[in-house]
Amino acid sequence: MVEALTIVLAVGVTRGWRSALLGVAAATVALAACVAVLGPALLRIPIEDLRLVIGALLLIFGLQWLRKAILRAGGYTALRDEEAAYRHELEQARTANRVMRGGIDWYAFTLSFKGVFLEGLEVAFIVLTFGSAHGSIGLAALSAGAAVVVVALAGLLVHRPLSAVPENSMKFAVGAMLTTFGIFWGAEGAGVTWPGGDGAILAVLALVVLASLGLTALIRRERRRTIAAAPAR
Amino acid sequence: MRHIAGFFRFWYEFIIGDDWRVAAGVVAALAVTFVFTRRGIDAWWLLPSAVVLILFASVWRACRRETP
Repeated sequence: MVEALTIVLAVGVTRGWRSALLGVAAATVALAACVAVLGPALLRIPIEDLRLVIGALLLIFGLQWLRKAILRAGGYTALRDEEAAYRHELEQARTANRVMRGGIDWYAFTLSFKGVFLEGLEVAFIVLTFGSAHGSIGLAALSAGAAVVVVALAGLLVHRPLSAVPENSMKFAVGAMLTTFGIFWGAEGAGVTWPGGDGAILAVLALVVLASLGLTALIRRERRRTIAAAPAR
Repeated sequence: MRHIAGFFRFWYEFIIGDDWRVAAGVVAALAVTFVFTRRGIDAWWLLPSAVVLILFASVWRACRRETP
């Protein structure tokens, strides 16, 4: 959501807030509709089958996040710079042509809509998977809504991109959580009985975090070794 | 046709991401776990071990690619 806030701020500052906020509102309605339509449909599927599919999806999704966070922490991929992204968006928004139809600046509307919808889709995915695996999509949606409000309020207060947010650490934590629940529910869906019942989640989380931290340390050392060896080649 | 291709490309990138081998590995590990449990073996250890191996392999491959 931090990336979406960066886009909306840049568009609002350069093109006016009306069209940018209309784009945000339209994207929020579209996301809420996705959750409202898919949520009840998912709850009709038998819980074991649902956990197998949701476990697989969470695992694939979580491993993507974890992989990116590890590569960034290891120095193999650049960390996302919100200030630089904000400056880039500002420049793009300033130079783009203004097409007004029905009192709406369509560039501002479309950019805000796309930014919020695409970033929000990840949140909607997490809400649907976690909510349906526990049979409480409403509560999961409410929690996600609260997180969105906090990010929006923070953006409103500082009126600039949230560059101080430790985004990679947050991605690492979210990736570890998604992977952990993916392992737990995926295995349960495949028929496994976890030793210790729900308590096994903590052991799986510890394994995922330790393996990820170990891997980060390993690739950092490898990168330092490669850089140190480079001039000798 | 272009829109349909774009639609599928979006969902592929959204769900599968940069390394399709991760998704393939996860599906294979779940399938093997499923087969084991159907044969009466409670293979709770299989998926966590497989996930750690998949993550190591994917990150290591990406690092090798980035190293000059």
